Amino acid sequence: MIVDLSDTTTNGVAKALVKIRDEGGVVTLGRVLTLVISTTLGEEEEAIEAANDASREHPMRVIVISKAGADAPSSTVGDRLDAQIRVGADAGASEVIILRAYGAVGDDEEGLVTALLLPDAPVVAWWPGETPEVVSESPLGRIATRRITDASTQPDPAAAIRHNAKTYAPGDTDFAWTRLTLWRAQLAAALDQPPYEPVSEIEVTGAEDSPSTVLLAAWLRMALDAPVNHGITTRANGSSGIHGVRLRRPSGDIELERDVPDVATLKQPGQPTHDLALPRRGLRDCLAEELRRLDPDELYGQVITKGLALLEQ
Amino acid sequence: MSPVEITKEFNPLRLPSDQRLNRIAGPSGLIIFGVTGDLSRKKLMPAVYDLANRGLLPPGFALVGFARRDWEGQDFEKVVYESVKQHARTPFHDEVWKQLAQGIRFVPGEFGDDEAFKRLADTIHELDETRGTGGNHAFYLSIPPKAFPLVTEQLKKSGLAEQRDGQWRRVVIEKPFGSDLKTARELNDVVESVFPPDSVFRIDHYLGKETVQNILALRFANELYEPIWNANYVDHVQITMAEDIGVAGRAGYYDGIGAARDVIQNHLLQLLALTAMEEPISFDAKDLRAEKEKVLAAVRLPEDLAASTARGQYAGGWQGGEKVLGFLEEEGMDPHSTTETFAAIKLQIGTRRWAGVPFYLRTGKRLGRRVTEIAVVFKRAPQQLFGGAQTQALGQNALVIRVQPDEGVTIRFGSKVPGAGMVVRDVTMDFGYGHSFTEASPEAYERLILDVLLGDPPLFPRHEEVELSWKILDPIEEFWATQGQPEQYKPGSWGPKSADEMLARDGRSWRRP
Repeated sequence: MIVDLSDTTTNGVAKALVKIRDEGGVVTLGRVLTLVISTTLGEEEEAIEAANDASREHPMRVIVISKAGADAPSSTVGDRLDAQIRVGADAGASEVIILRAYGAVGDDEEGLVTALLLPDAPVVAWWPGETPEVVSESPLGRIATRRITDASTQPDPAAAIRHNAKTYAPGDTDFAWTRLTLWRAQLAAALDQPPYEPVSEIEVTGAEDSPSTVLLAAWLRMALDAPVNHGITTRANGSSGIHGVRLRRPSGDIELERDVPDVATLKQPGQPTHDLALPRRGLRDCLAEELRRLDPDELYGQVITKGLALLEQ
Repeated sequence: MSPVEITKEFNPLRLPSDQRLNRIAGPSGLIIFGVTGDLSRKKLMPAVYDLANRGLLPPGFALVGFARRDWEGQDFEKVVYESVKQHARTPFHDEVWKQLAQGIRFVPGEFGDDEAFKRLADTIHELDETRGTGGNHAFYLSIPPKAFPLVTEQLKKSGLAEQRDGQWRRVVIEKPFGSDLKTARELNDVVESVFPPDSVFRIDHYLGKETVQNILALRFANELYEPIWNANYVDHVQITMAEDIGVAGRAGYYDGIGAARDVIQNHLLQLLALTAMEEPISFDAKDLRAEKEKVLAAVRLPEDLAASTARGQYAGGWQGGEKVLGFLEEEGMDPHSTTETFAAIKLQIGTRRWAGVPFYLRTGKRLGRRVTEIAVVFKRAPQQLFGGAQTQALGQNALVIRVQPDEGVTIRFGSKVPGAGMVVRDVTMDFGYGHSFTEASPEAYERLILDVLLGDPPLFPRHEEVELSWKILDPIEEFWATQGQPEQYKPGSWGPKSADEMLARDGRSWRRP
């Protein structure tokens, strides 16, 4: 069901929610968190779709705040708030509240969402595109226990990662890190097995515009304390994102490479070559993983504050 | 810069602070005996695919089927493919399937055929070479227990059960673990003569269920329940596992076994142990089992078995719009069978925590609906404040853990009925797994197969637990054997009258689940 409320206030939205609940039965029970998505007008749908999908794992209330972008012309409709509520089949296992804020209404983001946050449930903020200067100090960032950014959607992804490092506060996280999990799991599993030898040298290659490749190199540098050779492949010879990792050990190299999309090959000394499914993760997977743990990701904090610096030494 | 030491115990890429990494099983293979059976087709093979799809299996994983079928490798691959397509929980991905299919093998043969086991040994050796399974193999015996001696003996003879350094061989067995203490010991002797005790994994699939594991979280991660989880506040506990189906098709197996051996000995006593045990000092298998064994050893049987047990057989008739056969009329059933299809027993636990609190266990076939739950019923609050008429519709407070279906927890308590007067009535507060964590939780078999491959035993009962539960059940079975024909009950009801009378004698009644 979709309910449109034009030229309204958050009070009006809250009343409409109660009314929908009374008429249509229970809709807000069992929600485990509030997800606030901050986006620009017209860019809402992709993020909402990912949130609806992720809500199958984490039922939640989704609040989308949609404003004019930083470089958009000034509002033609004056200062006003339009809202839309989606429940039931139109919202997965979540309920979606879209707040389209025009003009000065959008200046007070915290005030817009306060009345709509679920009582006692954690708040997660997500900026799929345009990101505030310091996320943890932004109005939405301050009320959120977890703040998700996405370096890969920024105009200069590598600069965005460095910026994340400078402004890091516990609770920050970035999808560039989430996209690494499958790679990291495979590499960790390779070192679970004998021979238990130290890694003397690391080689990481990936696409130029892939911030995940940098984070992978930083993580390995920090965890293994070995020199990293960080190479760039262009799209002509590799798939997008991370391309491959080589860990040098006395008995031979561990090599994990993704030459074709979604499938990687794993080579280890004394072992047959294995193909394994290693797809590039979509927004839905990344978001669902982020929502699984709501305490600060300390390891990400260390990788981005210490690991990156070690890499640049 | 000096490279970080890596040891078996310390992997620098798997730090405790890393919240995201799942443990992936090491190189290994799973060999299923009885691969053509229902369990294998509907549960085991789909679970293997689901694990692969979730990225929890090693890249070189191998799946070997052993059965008396004239199949080639690709026939078996097709069988696995069909079963995955039909029963897997997670979406089908071609890349994942291709990776998995490379490690699928089939060995045709009889259990008594030495040649077949030689072929199996060759196949496993070949997999170690080409797939890199590294000599780590789990043998899943999805076969009748009477075939265990033969198969384990063959595994021993062909050298497949031999434990070597840096490799592991494990065996997985399913219930029933014997039919009384004596046969359970014999069975155990057979299996443990070939495999060391810590390589034997006994599967009780109930213990792999999320809701059952949640009993531990509910009790010990919260402050709310533990203070009232004792004889001061709890009046009694009811543990129910009801099925709405009959024994059709399993008549031969069921005759002589009965509801108590089939369900109470394993599932219900395990649920009782988890509900009643003290807090373990850690989640290690050793500590968890120690607490379960303690509470099972403390279980006391009532003195008068006639007054505190009940059993029945379902009669024929109409059940939910369907005409069904009575137990004694089922095809292949001995018409004079005294096997029970409904069993209820009352147990006491001889600890200070549970002094005087009866635990009522019941299970049966052709009951009202399919449901498994644990109901902790609290004492009635002293009602000085409210008049009798005001609290007529107020029962005892209860906390119900619904194990299946509709997994969750319900709390029942009294609330004022809206209106001018003060009238109190029962209401419920409900937590549904499906509401707060909507993603279908992993199948019990996924968790259990992964734990076998990782060698992580907390969810598997040890032989001592099996022995203890037979010690509880054996005297009851012996008593029942002298009692002749069980009472008939209407299909689709909640069991025989004697079960209701058993609780009525204590001034209580069964919950309608």
